[in-house]
Amino acid sequence: MKNTFKLEGLDCANCAAKMEAAIKKLDGVSSATVNFMTTKMVIEAEDDKMSRILEAAERIIKKIEPDVRLKKA
Amino acid sequence: MKKRLWRIIIGGLIFVSALIIKPNIEWIQPAMFAVGYLVVGGDVVLRAVKNIAHGKVFDENFLMGIATIGAFCIGKFPEGVEVMLFYQIGELFQSYAVDKSRKSIASLMDIRPDYANVKKGEELVRTDPDEVNIGDVIVIKAGERIPLDSKVIEGNSMIDTSALTGESVPREVDAGCELLSGCININGVITAEVTKQFGESTVSKILDLVENASSKKSDSEKFITKFAKYYTPIVVIIALILAVLPPLVFSGATFSDWLFRALTFLVVSCPCALVISIPLSFFGGIGGASRSGILVKGSNYLEALAQTEIVVFDKTGTLTKGVFNVQEIHAEGISKEELLELTAYAESYSNHPISLSLKRAYGKEIDNERISNVEEISGHGVSAIVSGKRVFAGNIKLMKKMDIPCYEGDLTGTVVHTAVDDHYAGYIVIADEIKEDAAQAIRELKAAGIRQIVMLTGDNKSVGEKVAKELRLDKVYAELLPADKVEKLEELFSEKSTKGKLAFVGDGINDAPVLARADIGIAMGGLGSDAAIEAADIVIMTDEPSKIATAMKISQKTLSIAHQNIAFAIGIKVIVLLLSAFGFASMQAAIFADVGVTILAVLNAFRALSVKNC
Repeated sequence: MKNTFKLEGLDCANCAAKMEAAIKKLDGVSSATVNFMTTKMVIEAEDDKMSRILEAAERIIKKIEPDVRLKKA
Repeated sequence: MKKRLWRIIIGGLIFVSALIIKPNIEWIQPAMFAVGYLVVGGDVVLRAVKNIAHGKVFDENFLMGIATIGAFCIGKFPEGVEVMLFYQIGELFQSYAVDKSRKSIASLMDIRPDYANVKKGEELVRTDPDEVNIGDVIVIKAGERIPLDSKVIEGNSMIDTSALTGESVPREVDAGCELLSGCININGVITAEVTKQFGESTVSKILDLVENASSKKSDSEKFITKFAKYYTPIVVIIALILAVLPPLVFSGATFSDWLFRALTFLVVSCPCALVISIPLSFFGGIGGASRSGILVKGSNYLEALAQTEIVVFDKTGTLTKGVFNVQEIHAEGISKEELLELTAYAESYSNHPISLSLKRAYGKEIDNERISNVEEISGHGVSAIVSGKRVFAGNIKLMKKMDIPCYEGDLTGTVVHTAVDDHYAGYIVIADEIKEDAAQAIRELKAAGIRQIVMLTGDNKSVGEKVAKELRLDKVYAELLPADKVEKLEELFSEKSTKGKLAFVGDGINDAPVLARADIGIAMGGLGSDAAIEAADIVIMTDEPSKIATAMKISQKTLSIAHQNIAFAIGIKVIVLLLSAFGFASMQAAIFADVGVTILAVLNAFRALSVKNC
């Protein structure tokens, strides 16, 4: 399953790279990209683990850049 | 952003007035500096504290906080405020530049249709393209974007395809024509039946491709990611050593002096300039290319294109039009028109491309009453009675078999000899035409530094060689079966240098294995062909081979921008680090090396978006 989000307020390219790296490491994630220029995040993961992964991803994002708001795209 | 601007202005005013007024009560000036500092940089310090609470230490906020508070601690009040002020101004510029480039990228990709006018009974309902189903009838008015791939039922109009193909000449459509989503209807009103869901429509596929292209990273981007991972910690550690060690070792060294140098180090320690500008360059290049009708599926392919040494072309449909046409009619004893008529009639029962092109050249309806006793002579041709005359039409072998002397000179293309009532009547040459821009494409590729241009073809040798000669290709391999093409490609691989790349250009229809084997597989005529889009790394939306040269120029430009940025950003940072280690660089220089470099690099990366000069 593939989920796409818009990261509003994404302000730092290095942070985007860090988010991507951290989310990729989550259990069950097959691919993750955080695109700084389009401010889009795409997570591809196993269906049954998705909701848990999304929660974890949101925590990671908030930790790296607290001002970012996640919006389903 | 506005709030930030006001804070900078107010904080800046407090700072300047503190410098000018020089109050005579001792503590007032430092207090004013402190207030100015908090107004300008309070949020930075706050974020730094928050992040530390989250267990994240080495971020920009922390580094700036430490550097400025450190400056305060050693009594360098104006420097502390100044650094924060410059930092915030720089950040402001930076987010402006990023915002600007995001907007121009968004406008590059602004081909997404917002709505579809779905016909429900007599009414038109504005609907989200996502909710339209296959078989629904939509109406596209003048000036509107075609929302979904569909087929015209009624109406005719001119269609602007430039958003997808970069081609500025509009296309004419009428009932029965396919419409591709993303194009713009220029004048008439068209009613069409939807043939694909929005997610499967051309516009979604293109957007998807371009947006996801950045996930396939180029070597330059990988290098930057790696560099950034080590750079910041190393600089911070050196800063720490710089602050502690020299005052302990050298007798004359003062702690505050070295601490100041260490703080300068911290300011330069963010790799942001690189992390933003390199992917931005590639993204811009990919976006710009897609605007000219060239879809690049990843930054890695855009990068590889600039390193291409050998370009291998397929012939039919790539360098030539893939449409057979009568090129020459040589009649003996009868008129040209008569020869064409009789040959077309004799061949009229076959659906072979050659027969079809003869029929096309003849241009009139075939009257079946006039033709009888058609007999196919396998591997030779055909014999038939046309209007009472016995006609043989076929290759040279047929003429020999029938003992009819015929022209045996060199001819390129497929030659159909015709005999009427056992007398030789002449020949017709049928050949594929070279595309108008093929020669220009080859010239431009050579000019762009391609060492070898090779053509592979399944066609016969004389045809292959003629095309190769006309286009001045370096090599041609003819009479190849599809499997031989992969083998020839393997051979060519050994002729390039280890860093050089090999690109294969085909039409994506039956050359998927070759497209896959090449370093870069380029498919032509991608517009409307899912197979080509699937199989290739780079898709040329139109049929023009000259677009490959354009793609190469875009790639070279993008890469040189990326390299300039890497050299510039790392160079400036290293110089400022060295200068500050020896006490020659001011905080301001350090700020420039951080934010100034980022802004300049982003502005430079911006150039990749424009493909006008390519």
